[in-house]
Amino acid sequence: MADKVTDVKADPAVRRLAVDVRDVSLTFETADGKVNALANVQLQIAEGEFVSFIGPSGCGKTTLLRLIADLEQPTSGTLLVNGVTAGEARLERAYGYVFQAPALYPWRTIEKNVMLPLEVMGFSDSERRERAKRYLALVNLSGFERKFPWQLSGGMQQRASIARALSFDPALLLMDEPFGALDEIVRDHLNEQLLRLWDKTNKTVVFVTHSIPEAVFLSTKIVVMSPRPGRIIDIIDCEFPRDRTLEIRETPEFIKIAQRVRNGLRAGHSYDE
Amino acid sequence: MPVLAVVLALLAIWYVGAVLMNMKLVRDGFEREETKYTTAELIAGTMTAERPLLAAPHQIVATFADDIFGYPPNSPRSLIYHSAVTLSATFLGFVMGAVFGIFLAILIVQFRTLEKSLLPWIICSQMVPILALAPIFIVVLGAIGVHGLFPKALISAYLCFFPVTIGMVKGLSSPDPIQRDLMRTWSATPSQVFWKLRWPSAVPLLFASLKVAITISLIGAIVAELPTGGQAGIGARLLAGSYYGQTIQLWAALLAASMLAAGLIALVGLTERAAARAMGARS
Repeated sequence: MADKVTDVKADPAVRRLAVDVRDVSLTFETADGKVNALANVQLQIAEGEFVSFIGPSGCGKTTLLRLIADLEQPTSGTLLVNGVTAGEARLERAYGYVFQAPALYPWRTIEKNVMLPLEVMGFSDSERRERAKRYLALVNLSGFERKFPWQLSGGMQQRASIARALSFDPALLLMDEPFGALDEIVRDHLNEQLLRLWDKTNKTVVFVTHSIPEAVFLSTKIVVMSPRPGRIIDIIDCEFPRDRTLEIRETPEFIKIAQRVRNGLRAGHSYDE
Repeated sequence: MPVLAVVLALLAIWYVGAVLMNMKLVRDGFEREETKYTTAELIAGTMTAERPLLAAPHQIVATFADDIFGYPPNSPRSLIYHSAVTLSATFLGFVMGAVFGIFLAILIVQFRTLEKSLLPWIICSQMVPILALAPIFIVVLGAIGVHGLFPKALISAYLCFFPVTIGMVKGLSSPDPIQRDLMRTWSATPSQVFWKLRWPSAVPLLFASLKVAITISLIGAIVAELPTGGQAGIGARLLAGSYYGQTIQLWAALLAASMLAAGLIALVGLTERAAARAMGARS
């Protein structure tokens, strides 16, 4: 395991930064005044990492993900994705985004849903078909191409939405509590599949969750966040091998990291009560 | 079965009404000719009066059938001829109204500021009684040499664009935030967002509003036929019927109008079902 660790933490000068957040703050103007959604966030994510944002609701973890995706704009600070601004990265189609809900378009078949971003991006007809087939196979949905979303279970729909996010082969995958609505058995299964996928494709994954076991199991780096104002209170390296299995959840290392995450969450919360 | 029972009950009430309402008419007739009459003859008379106050259903059906099958379809006495005249104005008006209605809805959805500036006028346009407006349309268009089908279709369109606009504004704004965010993450162009997201989302509401629009369009076409003095069309038949006291003919024309309306709604309904099937709706 030790050499795997050095592997992940290889010289940062060699590994390009996928995401570089420098002193970013975001204030929303609402009817009852200003809300500090994020305050002075610093975060560097190297290529190939699997980073989880964890924290209670209102801590700005989803907002931070949306900033990276250029779905929100920071009030101050700089935010680079692949070395360019988030807006430029979005125009370069640098990332695939998986939302909390599958949000498949109900009038399109599963295959057509996966082909949708490819249509938007102007891929050729044969390329679209070939990629839809390939990525549906990757998420184990071969044979469901002609089904409509309502004919699939929630877990299958979310897998289809992952295939959709991967279809144009972005180097960065942004996932906002993608398995939050699913039951634990399905979630475990999808977590394992996601890890295999990450291992196979070498993508950078940024993953928002409020589940401690999920964060520890999946991540190479856990970002613990705290609300009011949303900020990062701890960044924990999580040095399990890339081909980890669900069994690591029983190991002392796993429990130790989970404990540190829990303590961080508790500390962030304490001044509230 | 319950439908049949209701129909039978209504027919029974109708017949009773016909007897009661036409009674005086028939009795006056007998007395004017100073002939003796029995109650049976009186009642029989109410069923066969030439210009009854309330025509009996069988009279209406007989006249209706005669008006349809009794004359060649292109004869001005044929209901088919008149229906075709009204139907062509209805269709042209419906198409113009639907296209205009959708166009307005797109404008409103694409430029939100237009909602505040445009919508009050759109609503006002529907508050003007069309019976007052129709003659103005016909006269003004007639003065600049536009006659026949187009002015009638214009009045139809004027009436039927409204439900389409209201329905489509709602339909085109119906995609939820995640569906819109997805398009943004792919850096989709506004026209891609429209065609791949907004338009398909709006299809269910489009058909709902088209169903309303097509019946309104028929009413618009009939109303538009009234102020022209009525040479042709169902409106003209209604006008002539009331002018000459031909109540049975009036009823037959009404029957034709309602059958046209039912047919038109069924047509839109069929299209809707085909579209829904193609778009993967649960059956």
